Amino acid sequence: MSRHTLSVLVENKPGILARVAALFSRRGFNIDSLAVGTTEHPDISRMTIVVNVEDRPLEQVTKQLNKLINVLKIVELDPVASVQREMVLIKVRADHETRSQVLETVQLFRAKVVDVATDAVTVEATGSKDKLEALIRVLEPFGIKELVQSGMVAIGRGTRSITDRSLRAIERSA
Amino acid sequence: MTERMTGAQALVRALEQVGVDTVFGIPGGAILPAYDPLFDSERVRHILVRHEQGAGHAAQGYAQATGKVGVCMATSGPGATNLVTPIADAYMDSVPIVAITGQVTSAAIGTDAFQEADISGITMPITKHNFLVTDPADIGRTIAEAFHIASTGRPGPVLVDIAKDALQNQVDFVWPQPMQLPGYRPVIRPHAKQVREAARLITAASRPVLYVGGGVLKAHAAGELRTLAELTGAPVVTTLMAKGALPDSHPLHMGMPGMHGSVGAVGALQRSDLVIALGARFDDRVTGRLDTFASHAKIVHADIDPAEISKNRHADVPIVGDCKDVLTDLIVAVRNEHEAGRKGDYDDWWRQLGAWRETYPLGYEQPSDGSLSPQYTIERIGKIAGPDALYVAGVGQHQMWTAQFIGYEQPGSFINSGGLGTMGFAVPAAMGAKRGRPDTTVWAIDGDGCFQMTNQELATCAIEGIPIKVAVINNGNLGMVRQWQTLFYNERYSNTDLQSRRIPDFVKLAEAYGCAGLRCDNAADVDATIAKAMEINDVPVVIDFVVHQDAMVWPMVAAGTGNDEIKIARDMAPDWENRD
Repeated sequence: MSRHTLSVLVENKPGILARVAALFSRRGFNIDSLAVGTTEHPDISRMTIVVNVEDRPLEQVTKQLNKLINVLKIVELDPVASVQREMVLIKVRADHETRSQVLETVQLFRAKVVDVATDAVTVEATGSKDKLEALIRVLEPFGIKELVQSGMVAIGRGTRSITDRSLRAIERSA
Repeated sequence: MTERMTGAQALVRALEQVGVDTVFGIPGGAILPAYDPLFDSERVRHILVRHEQGAGHAAQGYAQATGKVGVCMATSGPGATNLVTPIADAYMDSVPIVAITGQVTSAAIGTDAFQEADISGITMPITKHNFLVTDPADIGRTIAEAFHIASTGRPGPVLVDIAKDALQNQVDFVWPQPMQLPGYRPVIRPHAKQVREAARLITAASRPVLYVGGGVLKAHAAGELRTLAELTGAPVVTTLMAKGALPDSHPLHMGMPGMHGSVGAVGALQRSDLVIALGARFDDRVTGRLDTFASHAKIVHADIDPAEISKNRHADVPIVGDCKDVLTDLIVAVRNEHEAGRKGDYDDWWRQLGAWRETYPLGYEQPSDGSLSPQYTIERIGKIAGPDALYVAGVGQHQMWTAQFIGYEQPGSFINSGGLGTMGFAVPAAMGAKRGRPDTTVWAIDGDGCFQMTNQELATCAIEGIPIKVAVINNGNLGMVRQWQTLFYNERYSNTDLQSRRIPDFVKLAEAYGCAGLRCDNAADVDATIAKAMEINDVPVVIDFVVHQDAMVWPMVAAGTGNDEIKIARDMAPDWENRD
């Protein structure tokens, strides 16, 4: 099994998330992470889907996704040739004794504190999966009260854009 | 053209504009606004069925008999959920149908309102695409898109769910409607390099076989198939969904492959060194255990759906395209190979194939107790009704015998439920087929189990003037299940005895529905009974053929085993090495 990052451009229509999610479950594939949002074009949304599958099932899932009428384009992003980021918000215990250590850790990871209470701070961090896992490991001993993670978003490096051609297709059909 | 009207009127106008002449359906609360303008339509005839499942299968039968998109209509909630089985059936067999359902008003959606069901959610995994329309301005365009999606590329079912207020509100109807489908671009033209490679493999192979599936019929490519087969001299096998793509009587035709295929067809695939799959999908009922299927063969796989290629079996040469285009190009490419002096030599292969065909023809034994043989009955229907008739089967033993013993000479002369295996398919599908081709004799060959699932549509047939002929192959049992109990469950016949030779009386039932009812329980009367049915053309005819209950479908590859384990009768395996 290996991890693959798929960027899926879809028409911004109701039900598309359900269609994609249902397809994965029906064909027996697990989604590691999923992030959805609009793109620079309001009619196009972009899903970043991380799946853990062998190459052949991946080919099958890509083909099945392509059959969905509202799917415009699918690109697999090579981790080396793309920037891949996740975001995490961590509410960590920090009283007067431990606060300075917590803040030091936050600085080391170039994360930031976005909320402070008497006995806790909330930390915001973005980065690769590895970096965020390391941050969580280091904060663990202080006591993590609550944690929320986003799905991964990713974009290819360089000047080329994967949305250009899909945009033209949308404009042609409108 | 712009005109002010209700959403319901816009729906009917759009249906007229896309060329619909028949809608099968049942009205109800949410779809009621659509039925009012439908009442006035001079171009669309609505056939009032007795159960929505019947409407769905009728749309399938209509679509397969005519090549056009079949249409069914139902109300929200239970009306819509009753369409689920035919929609799933159409999805599995790639049948172009459009299902139109009413939905509760847009303000009530999500509130568990009366007769509310999330039919677009329910049918998401069993439709090619579906729509939920809440704005009357979207109705025209959505209908145009639904018919386009259903009928192009790999055909399939499309559901259009329309909220009641969208049908009631006013709209400016505009036609024609530009479609907005930027993500839908089916590939029709095959890749030239792949086609050349396929042609090269065909001429280089020594044991090739053309494995033909329903895609060839859907592409209307039977003529091209025949040309390619005769040009190459390669044997052809046609799947359950492709019966008639090459005449059964054609010398290159080795029969049907699969679980109940002929020894020759199964052997041809198993021993081949090159399988050329055309519009077929390596279904488990064809391949048996996948890892032992045609294990020495290279695979050329042509299909319009890229997701079918290498799904079950890796394709050495993948070709994405419409089978008509693929075959047309392949014919040219093979001719070029021949002109370059490269021609396949399959003489040895044909000696082997001929020996199998001669030693293991399809056949059956007459019951020793003098009761009627179901296979004989079906064979006689095929002989008497002839190759110009259209045959529609249910699911089970009678379906396999109908595939084996009719003798199909024309494309599209056999309609059945292949992928989903829906019992009860035959009567409503035959009704739809007959409505689509009123001048063709349409025979539903059904089992007594299947027949009791959907025979209420006989009322529709009788009232609407759709004189189908139904042969109930009545063995009193769920025959195929009984066969498995005989073979794999120590003859413990748990819940397969329907006692339908006693209850109901199918002749009286037919008469109660305004049909002619006939009965036949011995071989001597079979021809006369069929002939009598052929003479009745003003009302539907039902024949209760009371047949032997222990007849079995042979050959058979038991589920979960490899095709090499095929049996020609109980505990009898063919001798593969026999060459004389």
